[in-house]
Amino acid sequence: MSNELRINKNNFIDQTVRISFKFNGKKLFGFKGDTLASALLANDIHLIGRSFKYHRPRGIMTCGSEEPNAIVQIGSDPASTEPNVRATEIELYEGLEAFSQNCWPSVNFDVGGINNLLSPILPAGFYYKTFMWPASFWEKYEFFIRYSAGLGKSPTKADDDLYDHQYAHCDVLVIGGGISGVISAKLAAEKGLDTILIDDKNFLGGSTIYQDEESFKINNANSNQWLAREIENLKSYKNLVIKSRTSLAAFHGYNYLLAREALTDHLSVHERKNKIRQRLWKIRAQKVIIASGSIERPLVFNNNDRPGIILSSSVKKYIDYFGVKTGKNISLFTNNDSAYETAVSLNKSGVNVNVVIDIRENSDSDIVKKAQKLGIKILWGHTIVETNGYKRIKSFEAMKLSSDGENVVGNKIKFNSDCIGISGGWTPMVHLYTQSGGKLQFKSNDNIFIPDETKTPSEQISVGSCNGDFELDDVVNNTIYNVKKFISLDKSSYDKINVTCSKESSKKNIWLLPSDKPLYKTKPFLDFQNDSTAKDVKLALREGFKSIEHVKRYTTTGMGTDQGKLSNMHALGIIADTTGTNMGELGTTTFRPPYTPLTFGTIVGRNVGKFFDHTRKTAIHNWHVDNKAEFENVGQWKRPWYFPKNGETMHEAVQRESKAARESAGILDASTLGKIDIQGSDASEFLNRVYTNAWSKLAIGKCRYGLMLNEDGMVYDDGVTTRLAENHYIMTTTTGGAANVLSKLEDYLQTEWPELDVYLTTVTDQYSTISICGPNSKNIIKKIIPDLNLSDENFPHMSFKDSKIDGVNCRIMRISFTGEHSYEINIQSNYANDVWKACMDAGKEFNITPYGTETMHLLRAEKGFIITGQDTDGTLTPSDLQMDWIISKKKYDFIGKRSLYRSDTIREDRKQLVGLLTDDPKEVLEEGAQLVEDINKKPVEMLGHVTSSYYSPNLNKSIALAIVKSGKKMKGKKLIVPMEEKNINVTITDTVFYDKENKRLNA
Amino acid sequence: MFIINCPYCGKRDQLEFSCGGEAHIERPKQPTELSDDQWAEYLFMRKNIKGVQFERWNHTHGCRKWFNMVRDTSNDKIHATYKMGEKPPIK
Ligand SMILES: [Zn+2]
Repeated sequence: MSNELRINKNNFIDQTVRISFKFNGKKLFGFKGDTLASALLANDIHLIGRSFKYHRPRGIMTCGSEEPNAIVQIGSDPASTEPNVRATEIELYEGLEAFSQNCWPSVNFDVGGINNLLSPILPAGFYYKTFMWPASFWEKYEFFIRYSAGLGKSPTKADDDLYDHQYAHCDVLVIGGGISGVISAKLAAEKGLDTILIDDKNFLGGSTIYQDEESFKINNANSNQWLAREIENLKSYKNLVIKSRTSLAAFHGYNYLLAREALTDHLSVHERKNKIRQRLWKIRAQKVIIASGSIERPLVFNNNDRPGIILSSSVKKYIDYFGVKTGKNISLFTNNDSAYETAVSLNKSGVNVNVVIDIRENSDSDIVKKAQKLGIKILWGHTIVETNGYKRIKSFEAMKLSSDGENVVGNKIKFNSDCIGISGGWTPMVHLYTQSGGKLQFKSNDNIFIPDETKTPSEQISVGSCNGDFELDDVVNNTIYNVKKFISLDKSSYDKINVTCSKESSKKNIWLLPSDKPLYKTKPFLDFQNDSTAKDVKLALREGFKSIEHVKRYTTTGMGTDQGKLSNMHALGIIADTTGTNMGELGTTTFRPPYTPLTFGTIVGRNVGKFFDHTRKTAIHNWHVDNKAEFENVGQWKRPWYFPKNGETMHEAVQRESKAARESAGILDASTLGKIDIQGSDASEFLNRVYTNAWSKLAIGKCRYGLMLNEDGMVYDDGVTTRLAENHYIMTTTTGGAANVLSKLEDYLQTEWPELDVYLTTVTDQYSTISICGPNSKNIIKKIIPDLNLSDENFPHMSFKDSKIDGVNCRIMRISFTGEHSYEINIQSNYANDVWKACMDAGKEFNITPYGTETMHLLRAEKGFIITGQDTDGTLTPSDLQMDWIISKKKYDFIGKRSLYRSDTIREDRKQLVGLLTDDPKEVLEEGAQLVEDINKKPVEMLGHVTSSYYSPNLNKSIALAIVKSGKKMKGKKLIVPMEEKNINVTITDTVFYDKENKRLNA
Repeated sequence: MFIINCPYCGKRDQLEFSCGGEAHIERPKQPTELSDDQWAEYLFMRKNIKGVQFERWNHTHGCRKWFNMVRDTSNDKIHATYKMGEKPPIK
């Protein structure tokens, strides 16, 4: 390790604990408390990666979440590697492995760097202009772009880490643990409010905690010493929870916030085992205090992106907090006083401050005077016009600014420096504020956007520098005043606080600093991550872009993973200057959550694998599993799909099951069908209104098929409803439609027809349904329920009987979805498994065959019965389905009736349901395949598509259902199904393929 | 994410609710008397206001009751919730 860059400061860094890590394969050392960035800087490594477009060498520029350049890939394990991590935010741990991104073959020799030489032909909108046309070339471009512009590699294996979600509720949430956040939290805690203070660092105190400088005092102590004591005092409040390493990701309406707590990312790899890696906090707070602080702005000048050019405040943090010199011969370049705090800190730590270049004419604040007293050289009214050094800044040239600040005059003065700390002022972090719906106002003296008090959502305030207070006395006094008012606290321990600090007396701002070269020959970077320059913004304006949102997208300024935290204000400023507009009128771009990127693991938490969604299983599920069923997901239900025997394929199994059901007996678990219990004196009237057919005359003990429409006349759901008693019905719905049908019926009952005396109860889970079909179904039922009279006279098709199986009440319906003689046993779910087994035993002699959804679909297709959702798609009326018979002509009204004779629904050329037979009976059509009449007429007219298609073992041929334009009139017509390798000839037929006379129902 | 004051249950998280579109559109009592245009007006035409809007909401994962809400769509401020059949407390 290069010890000459490390000074001995023991407040925050434990130099007794050495930590080894690797960067690009090279073994290096740092100390406990370091970030990856500070450890790299201590090892004199500035060059971290390459820029996105020009592949220019880029180094560490900041010390926080706003870092645009120092983005690395962590680890090489295919499951846990993480791309796009900011080196400034990674706490160093034993065994850390980091790699440069976006450079190939290495960070020191990068092929893509050729783009830098080509940069005159890579202006704003280059990708749009070049790669958008011709579209067929995209595949070729894509390879090139992905290779040269990659932003790290995604993991290729499932993440093994554990993630967690947790809710939190509090009276006050304080976001940010800097001085204003600490003061706010203490005031809230003093008032006795349940308070949570969160901060993204491992150490509270923000930038004040290392501000050990006599020019900044609180109650006669240096501000850092005062704050350290305050933080220590916070720990005594039982009603205050401090969450460090927790970053606020999103601030939604009604004070609902998401925060990510990093629990193990700072631990060595072997200490992480079996621990939760990150936790997503879902916080609902009565009141929110935003103390998110501000970040320093860079300055925009020619070649301002070289490694070694670092924000001045970061240079200060590296020396004061981490004890790391960012260079041996450092210069500063500023438009405000804060760089002098850095100069004084560097000087105190024995680092040579070469020169301070200040664009202002002068400043006589305490801190500037102090720097002058220390002998630090200041060049007033100057700007940097050029920097030199490819992989690290070596020198720069400065010139005097003209009085209007638009040009430079006089001679170039050259300075050698291996680091320049730059400061362009401060930008309040208003991201979270705007996410919550707050509106900003422009404060022109500091060129900042701050929260507009009159347009702030209720129950929140912003305090400290995120609210535009940059000087210590303002920060402290205004925070105390505003928070006391916000939480209605009359007296506090801070009421006699005394703050003294250096006050800035002179301000000057130039968004784009001039050079002696014309603009087109310079590279003044705005967005360092996306490589957009001030030139690009100006070009976009010349090309006619006016809205900031458009300029941003066209130039990609602010579109990187840092969301333009450093670049947005300059882009706005340059647009305002170029177009002669006021920045306040331009407005800002939209800040979207998350504030900093979140891992997918944190977002999904525990909802992975089998916890991804709820699984619904029928009461007979385990029998299906034991009998080797393959399952199909139907909504959240697991339904047996088919029961393969002895290595059968799905086709073989389905053919066998279908034949058995028609030849002897089949058994189906139909428990997933929705079941709604309907009771009340108006139950019949209610059914009249929700179904298309008439219900009043349905006798007790009888069943009827019903079709339910939407108000637009389109088929919504179907099923059989049984009248159990005078005022008692049980309705069945489709499996997938159950919840929605119940909601829809409740809606009508509560809102349109509150006068009806009707009660709805879902009993889908309470009752299980076993369906037995086939010529031997009667014999099987007879064995199970010997005392039930199964004659057609006593128990005809479409009727029901209350009965008992082994003393347990059950309802037996004689209804059929297969066209066979069938019974449905409805029984309390806890008995269903036993009854199923009893049916299997009773049916053994008849070769009773369990079948799944696929055979069920095949059997009903043979009969031309629709499945809503498969043969319908919300655009078909009953008439389109050739089901005119189910629409009552007598009923005055039902849901959707009026829509059935709108001009559009009575068109004869609507798409209508038909049957299809292939000319080659062995050819099975693909569901979804298109139907055409004339394949040569271009463009080819698509007449419709296949909705259901099977090979029928009972008919020994392929059958299909389809919807076809004017289909009703086309019976016998030949159509073509064009497939990739051939055209299939089909003929339109009736929708019923099997047993057209329904003889088998009573067989 | 809103906190919604269900007129039957009190304040609950938005997660428990679902929105059912514009409120105070009554289903015509005699649909057969209506022209295609009049029926289409009821069936299809809905307001989408930037500002104060009257909406139907359902406490789906709670009491399952439908109720009405006055919400400003520009800032999501909920001015009132009230039971079905009641007059809106705000114009
Ligand atoms: Zn409720």
